[in-house]
Amino acid sequence: MAVAALYWAARPPGGDSEAGSRQHPFAADFSLPDLAGHTLTLSSYHGKVVLLDFWASWCDPCRAEIPRFVELQNKYRNQGLQIIGVSMDDGPEPVREFYQRFRMNYPVVMGNAKTGELYGGVLGLPIAFLIGRDGRVYSRHIGATSTSVFEDDIVKLLRTGTDSSRPCPGSTG
Amino acid sequence: MNTLARNAGPVFVMAAVTLLGSVFAYQATSIPNSQLVQPEELAKILQSPKGERPLLIQVGSHVLYEQAHIPGSEYIGPASREVGLGELRKRVQSLPREKFIVLYCGCCPWSHCPNVKPADDLLLSMGFSNVKVLHIADNFGANWVEKGYPVAKGE
Repeated sequence: MAVAALYWAARPPGGDSEAGSRQHPFAADFSLPDLAGHTLTLSSYHGKVVLLDFWASWCDPCRAEIPRFVELQNKYRNQGLQIIGVSMDDGPEPVREFYQRFRMNYPVVMGNAKTGELYGGVLGLPIAFLIGRDGRVYSRHIGATSTSVFEDDIVKLLRTGTDSSRPCPGSTG
Repeated sequence: MNTLARNAGPVFVMAAVTLLGSVFAYQATSIPNSQLVQPEELAKILQSPKGERPLLIQVGSHVLYEQAHIPGSEYIGPASREVGLGELRKRVQSLPREKFIVLYCGCCPWSHCPNVKPADDLLLSMGFSNVKVLHIADNFGANWVEKGYPVAKGE
């Protein structure tokens, strides 16, 4: 685990010099507090397929996606899917309320401007990234995105660990 | 019983329409075009040495504001919450009612933004007569930053 964390920490955000890596950069690591105040570190999920969702409790398209994310988490948890929500709310109170009301079943952390900048600037919501088991970003979805699009990506990544059929982190929405 | 059953349908429809109406009344799409300013237009206004420079107020997310905002704009929002509206009221309370004010958000696609309409409504209710709302079709990144318009970062 310590070696993996060091590996992640040493990776420059945005990739390295390996062929093809520019197209699938390593996901930038971060450590952020979850709603219980515990620290969540992205690199601790290395080996899983991670759907990283930037959202906010007041964002309508975000709210529409979340119940579907709850279903996906239930459906693919045992195969190695981990959804992580990064709330861009100004504070945790409305997020906690939302978390309970929507019975969210995956961790939510409180994001900040630095986290947004690590991911190219989160200047609109929702934005979701799919990260393969190898820690690389394979797709980016901007705006409300249909569940079938996410599910297709997730299934491919769970099966193969990577998705080299995608030329670059694509944006949809 | 037959009368009750006959009336239930129309009552349900009316209730649904009322509910939907109240929901959509807070959507940005109900702001009239005459109150909108497009990004290109606002960028020209800000770059021009002539004319009154507007008071720019961002009424959305502070985390988004920190990453990128229009230079000189102030953060107040989110105006979808009472706290945000209260801060907006305090900020403008002492201003002359003809003050040129531009509100913006850019959190989400225009049709889904929950922040600009409540802010706009508040200013109109306070008697402000020169308020414009920046029309951001998709999000602040796509419609302002990526167009190369002026951007500032930080608090």
